[in-house]
Amino acid sequence: MLRIPCPWCGPRDEPEFRWGGEVPLVRPGPPQAVTESAWAEYLFMRDNPKGLVRERWLHTLGCRQWFIVVRNTATHEIQATSALGDPLPEIRP
Amino acid sequence: MRFSALALARNAASFHENWPQLWRSPTPQSRYDVIIVGGGGHGLATAYYLAKEHGISKVAVIERGWLGGGNTGRNTTVVRSNYFYPESAHFYDFALRLYEGLSRELGFNVMLSQRGMLTIGHSAHHLELLARWVNALQLNGVDGELLNADQVREWLPLLNNSAAARYPLRGGLLQRRGGIARHDAVAWGYARAADAFGVDVIQNCEVLGFIRDGERIVGVETTQGQLRAPKIALAVAGHSSVLAAKAGFRLPVTSYALQAFVTEPVKPVLSCVALSMATGVYLSQSDKGELVVGGGLDLYPSYAQRGNLPTLQGVVAGLLELFPCFSRLRLLRQWAGIVDVVHDSTPIIDKAPVSGIYLNCGWGTGGFKAIPGGGFVFAHLLATDRPHKLAEGFTLKRFASGALIDEAAAAGISH
Repeated sequence: MLRIPCPWCGPRDEPEFRWGGEVPLVRPGPPQAVTESAWAEYLFMRDNPKGLVRERWLHTLGCRQWFIVVRNTATHEIQATSALGDPLPEIRP
Repeated sequence: MRFSALALARNAASFHENWPQLWRSPTPQSRYDVIIVGGGGHGLATAYYLAKEHGISKVAVIERGWLGGGNTGRNTTVVRSNYFYPESAHFYDFALRLYEGLSRELGFNVMLSQRGMLTIGHSAHHLELLARWVNALQLNGVDGELLNADQVREWLPLLNNSAAARYPLRGGLLQRRGGIARHDAVAWGYARAADAFGVDVIQNCEVLGFIRDGERIVGVETTQGQLRAPKIALAVAGHSSVLAAKAGFRLPVTSYALQAFVTEPVKPVLSCVALSMATGVYLSQSDKGELVVGGGLDLYPSYAQRGNLPTLQGVVAGLLELFPCFSRLRLLRQWAGIVDVVHDSTPIIDKAPVSGIYLNCGWGTGGFKAIPGGGFVFAHLLATDRPHKLAEGFTLKRFASGALIDEAAAAGISH
């Protein structure tokens, strides 16, 4: 069970949240200029690291805000969270 | 015969202390024709078919831990081929046919028990889906039949059939050739058979990095030194992205924990493998009497081989809605494997974007049932540099071209 410190609501249990993928993930454009492989990179290819990763989470059953979590995929430790408009938190090794 | 009734009697006389090792524990050589990273079912089967079908036996299988200690030892041992699209149906049915002859082929009892795989429908919509699914199976030449509620009740007398049941029983899809096999025996059988061909099976050997010659990967740096080969085959399931990153490319893979658990053993109460379409819960009863239960993936990516409590609770809740009489069984063990989920739940058997590396990944939640087939087609790719006819659709470039084989529904487990 993760305890995720939502930047707005404080620490809450994992079932209140939804995972939303790695960040940064920038949609390429303009559409006419995007190659098939660049589009596949954006849609499907992921770092999927074993260790610390920055990802987007949604507090579905709380404030319903998206925010950023720095999480260790091997240990499930949560290193930091930040609001979506703030600069991306640094990953501390 | 190293293994026979006579050998059993002879070894009993010496208190079973003199059985030969099933495979050697060789010191790695510096050069091979093929190095297979990952000593699970797929890696070992690949080595076996490389030697047997293609005469390539200067092969090393290197494994970070012990053989079959990853997902091969962490699944729910279900085998079946009730997939939807022609590419998957033909491939998985080929794998199941290999399973049907595997004990004889390897001289190792994999304890295949084709007790039937029953998918339970709980609503009119489920019945429509099941009818469509059965049609697809029959068009693809795979056995499958639609059952009505009474027939399902005969198969599963303990299923909650009361008027108040939250998930009423409406019908089912039965694949009689589906069933279970002993997972460890599959890994050990392939390891012993590959070893007999001269394949080096090397445990406790972790890949630390790749050796490059210009753009090409020509070997691996391991905890047991440098090993070189013109072809490096990755069969590492949930850790595919980690090794890809070391080689400098990315994969369309996300690694999740998939949990399973067993109850304490009871007398026979369940004759087939049952899967509920409403809850995603599936279960079978092992020969020891334990109920082996699984469900959906954990809800976020993970490399921790333990799983989380909310998903476990959800699976148990679903199990008890279906079978209220199991409520007093205690769970003996719980575990998780790290599965390599791709967007369309279809494997990747292809050359990597980096020259010298070959990929066997993307099995997601269904790698065990595919082991003989996956090994067979991967060996074909490694030996001939061309995809096997059954695996032509399992490319990496499908993610750019859009030719996805979207098996999300028939893959059975909710993603």
